[in-house]
Amino acid sequence: MWDIIKLLVNTTVLAATLRMATPLLFTAVGGIFSERSGVVNIGLEGMMLIGAFTAVAVSYSTGSAWLGVLGALLAGALMGFIHGIASIKYRANQVVSGTAINIFAGGLTVYLQRLIFNMAGVSPAVPRIADVELPLISKIPLIGPVIGKQNPMVYLALLIVVGAHIVIFKTVWGLRLRSVGEHPGAADSVGINVYKTRYVAVTLSGALAGVGGAYLSVAHLSRFVEGMTAGRGFIALAAMIFGKWNPLGALGACLFFGYADALQMRLQEIGIPTQFVQMLPYILTMVALVGLIGRAVAPKASGEPYVKEG
Amino acid sequence: MLDKAKRIPVAVVLAPVLAVLLALIVGSAFILTVGESPFSAYKVLLQESFGSMRGFATTLQRATPLMFTGLAVAFAFRAGLFNIGAEGQLYIGAFAAAWVGFTFTGLPKIIHLPLAVMAGMIGGAIWAAVPGLLKAKFGIHEVINSIMMNYIAYFLTDWLVTGPFQGSTMIPETKRVAASATLSRLMPPTRLTTALYIAFAAAAVMYFLMWRTKLGYEIRAVGLNPTAAEYGGINVAKITVAAMAISGALAGLAGTEQILGLNNRFIQRFSPDLGFMGVAVALLGKNHPVGIILAAVLFGALQTGAAAMDRLTSVPRELITILQGVIIFFVAAEYLFTRFMKSKGEA
Repeated sequence: MWDIIKLLVNTTVLAATLRMATPLLFTAVGGIFSERSGVVNIGLEGMMLIGAFTAVAVSYSTGSAWLGVLGALLAGALMGFIHGIASIKYRANQVVSGTAINIFAGGLTVYLQRLIFNMAGVSPAVPRIADVELPLISKIPLIGPVIGKQNPMVYLALLIVVGAHIVIFKTVWGLRLRSVGEHPGAADSVGINVYKTRYVAVTLSGALAGVGGAYLSVAHLSRFVEGMTAGRGFIALAAMIFGKWNPLGALGACLFFGYADALQMRLQEIGIPTQFVQMLPYILTMVALVGLIGRAVAPKASGEPYVKEG
Repeated sequence: MLDKAKRIPVAVVLAPVLAVLLALIVGSAFILTVGESPFSAYKVLLQESFGSMRGFATTLQRATPLMFTGLAVAFAFRAGLFNIGAEGQLYIGAFAAAWVGFTFTGLPKIIHLPLAVMAGMIGGAIWAAVPGLLKAKFGIHEVINSIMMNYIAYFLTDWLVTGPFQGSTMIPETKRVAASATLSRLMPPTRLTTALYIAFAAAAVMYFLMWRTKLGYEIRAVGLNPTAAEYGGINVAKITVAAMAISGALAGLAGTEQILGLNNRFIQRFSPDLGFMGVAVALLGKNHPVGIILAAVLFGALQTGAAAMDRLTSVPRELITILQGVIIFFVAAEYLFTRFMKSKGEA
């Protein structure tokens, strides 16, 4: 028994949990901004993928992985903005627009991969962001091995969660954002620009998803692999719901899903097929949705285009 | 009747055609970046997919599963439901069909084949009924549950074909289905099979069901306004589950076709996003069976031509995936226009 616990809970697994949770964190926080403003963004998966590719392309040509992350941020933001144009201006069905972005991203990244690197499947290795060791903290027993030596983007993700919590719940803009997602009509009547707020939120969600993708390609790995996001955009979406559209809740969900991810191999050793562990985030999200019944947690106007009257 | 039929097509036909043309223009920009002429690239594409009987047969073969997933998504759309889970339903249906195909050997074809097809439909229907039920009972949006069910289906079938039902080799796939459960080829050496007839039949059934039966009337009523439908005495919960189940059965047929007509066994993650492409087909086809067949043929042609374009020009075949995404995007963004026309035309 003790052996199994040691196998499942140790500093190596917990450190891996943080690493696996990081791309989900960026993207889930992005999803929260978008949905809090009233725009459903199931294109997160595609935005992540485009981010992952852009990061590699930029890192390859400039030699700087951080510039790659910046490129991913911009590329993601552009995709978010396009999703915004469709769903805010043209009142497109947001799920359709998101699906279009996912399919487009799958095609575009492979197309450009073949064009730029002349390779199918995998890109050449590019400069990546190196792990850093925090002074002092890395020396603390138990905690040190978990958070003391990680990729800077892991720390960045944690900062972004805290930052998003403050922005959404403690600032005027956050109040506006939430009102636009709950009662756009009422928000409009008190002079809040519904369209502009939504554009900013959706663009921001794309930017964060792009950075989440960049983590996979230039921090976790150092190359682009076709379809490398492998559904993480959707897991981030699940984490957003599981965390009740709150950054701190999403942090909990991402850590849990990251933990499941980190455990896969070990659980297989004790006879649990990896596929059942991989299913877990999705099953739990469905269960959580049933559990949330009757308690209004999702932004009310999420998914509905706003039509200004008069 | 005729009047109405004449009035609607202008808007309904024009919008998808415009979406495709716009997408082709966007595609031209991509073709120009590799230094090819868009005109000659598109010409190669067209010649391959429509230029010969053999090419056309391949186009139809690639269009067949898209007809099923297009019909699936459209059926749910008509009930006001977004079945983004066609991909998962396709996998479950495919596995069910494969299982019947390799398990009940020794049956005559006339029994075995329909049995396998039926299993595929039931598998898809059950998988789709779950988000339908959760929507009907708890009011949970079907989109999020369908997405979750997609991933559960991927991992479940991953496990099935690498675990209990893995064929004798190390490859993640099942045993081959018995010959008695396979669909016959119509035009060898092309892989076009009698599944095409099943697809046409499914389109006809959808038309009949949707516009000639009480169930179809109720589905459309719920799709237009669930609250009004409820007041009008329609059991919205029942219709929601039924519409999702039928939609899932159609998606299951797409998977079934891939197993019994093309691969003859269940290969792990065999679907090139057929379920998601169903969204594109349904939207482009305006959720109408005839439109869906035409839209599926267009996408089938793009895919058939892609390989030739890749071979004969320096344009990577992924251009087609880009085009597909852009087409959906433009179809989505012209919704305002169609809604406007619809409210003027149909109401």
